[in-house]
Amino acid sequence: MSTSTKTKDAGFHNSLIYVRQHWRLYVFFLLPALALTIIFKYIPMGGILIAFEKYNPIRGILGSEVVGFRHFRRFLSSPDFLSYLANTLKLSVYGMLWGFPVPILLAFLLNRINRVGVKKKIQLVLYMPNFISVIVLCGIVRILLSVTGPVNLLFGSQINFMTMPEAFRSIYIASGIWQGAGWGSIIYTAALSNASKELKEAAVIDGANIFQQIKAVEWPAIKSTVIIQFIMQAGNIMSIGFEKAYALQTDLNLKSSEIIATYVYKKGLIDGDYSFSTAVGLFNTVINVILLLAVNKIVAKMNDGQGL
Amino acid sequence: MKKKSKFARYSMQDKVLLILGFVLLGLFVVAIIVPMIYIIVASFIDPVTLQNNGITFDFSKWTLTAYERVLSNKQIWVGFKNAVVYSVVFTVVSVLVTMLAAYPMSRADFRGRKFFNVLFVITMFFGGGLIPTYLLISKMNLLNSMWAVILPGAFSVWNMIIARTYYQGIPGELREAADVDGANELVFFFKILLPVCTPIIATLALWQFVGMWNSYFDAMIYLDDAAKQPLQLVLRSILIQNQPEQGMISDMQSTAARAQLAELLKYATIIISSLPLLVMYPFFQKYFDNGIMAGSVKG
Repeated sequence: MSTSTKTKDAGFHNSLIYVRQHWRLYVFFLLPALALTIIFKYIPMGGILIAFEKYNPIRGILGSEVVGFRHFRRFLSSPDFLSYLANTLKLSVYGMLWGFPVPILLAFLLNRINRVGVKKKIQLVLYMPNFISVIVLCGIVRILLSVTGPVNLLFGSQINFMTMPEAFRSIYIASGIWQGAGWGSIIYTAALSNASKELKEAAVIDGANIFQQIKAVEWPAIKSTVIIQFIMQAGNIMSIGFEKAYALQTDLNLKSSEIIATYVYKKGLIDGDYSFSTAVGLFNTVINVILLLAVNKIVAKMNDGQGL
Repeated sequence: MKKKSKFARYSMQDKVLLILGFVLLGLFVVAIIVPMIYIIVASFIDPVTLQNNGITFDFSKWTLTAYERVLSNKQIWVGFKNAVVYSVVFTVVSVLVTMLAAYPMSRADFRGRKFFNVLFVITMFFGGGLIPTYLLISKMNLLNSMWAVILPGAFSVWNMIIARTYYQGIPGELREAADVDGANELVFFFKILLPVCTPIIATLALWQFVGMWNSYFDAMIYLDDAAKQPLQLVLRSILIQNQPEQGMISDMQSTAARAQLAELLKYATIIISSLPLLVMYPFFQKYFDNGIMAGSVKG
């Protein structure tokens, strides 16, 4: 017997003693979360098998006929594939390009307001849209942009924006900024408030202008937060939310509004094509994971080896 | 000696830059407020006038009819009741499970910590997806049960990480004192630890409550039964699908009048359904400012 097995045994023995002493940590504290995770996250991962089968509800997941990558080939070779993929990517990449800087800008501006009362009131308004639901937001958008709505009334026009594929992305992204930018600024405002006051005073006394102050004091204070937020968002590019896209869809704007998430829903739960829908969903998830790893690598390279 | 105002200390170039920035900020604030005020005002206006001329401040054209019709509709109240029940139950379950799990995960001596951490974090990025989850829920006989919308999302790994970070910021002496007294982990947790965690509990509770209150997807796929539907689904049929609830507009004679009234009902529906959260949230503002700071310390 080598010594390493002995220490391993000793380690295992110590663990047993630890678990016996601290069994409550496992049973009362961890178990509920563990059970929920295993039941609702890991068991469905097993269900991914149906993406490689011709799923038959009567025969079940383990009894259905295996068809390999047929569903993936069918999706990847269908003419719609590129269009849905492009819609998904465009919606989230453009959404991120436009949306990502706005909360940071808002935080910088809020940070420059010296009167606490004024700042609080502005924040109160900025955060408000976050508490409106997706459905209500999309309801408001539809009302404002309807043919007889105020926007058309204002310009004396009769444009039906909701039926225009070319307007969908702008509507989606602009309403997203309207709703989320203020709320998104909280995390940067918090980071900025950690910036050293003395450092800033010193910079001001040295005659630094605003850009120099930002470079020397404010940017360093929020840099790590910005990077984390960027990785999180970039890594979620493919998992763009179903709820809003679906609520802004009309039969006529599908050309740009049908994204993978809405397609998965329609194929799976409306058409009942379980296997195909699961394959499309899996394809989406895998791309998402690859993107996340790639973004993390790239950012780590740019940031002296520090990723997430 | 008069103190110079902070603004006066900026150089000319900086002043221009700042004014430009504040104008932008002002425009953003206006862009948020104007649509809201429009909806509020429009909700009181006679439907025919609204469609032909837009909003007016001629009060003889104002009416409460939209509110009367929406508030006297049964389905809206069913939706409200369900939304309250689901959101409250979800918040309680979720915050409790999350705070509990975060505790051992915050202890450096916890055996298996790394393993469980990997197990949890994987689920943030990879999952079975829509259909496998749906099949599981249906196998568990949870279709048309409120637990279908509550349990799958009840444990949030992200929130657990935030709570864990918060625990780690609490001085270790607190536990040492409890150890001396011979209190077990449960007693320590509920009697000593949780009471000093109110900011993070309030933050997580607010997030979870608002999240559940405002979501519709899970309810749409799992809850068919009209009596089980939460507010957002009722709103969806009125606002998105243009299908007012039964009896809301059916007494109108012409199709045109029905369409106009249906449009007006949307405004009142938006106000009535959004009011509770919008009125409540300023009272929580101080919590989520602090909570986010607490959670963001170590990312």
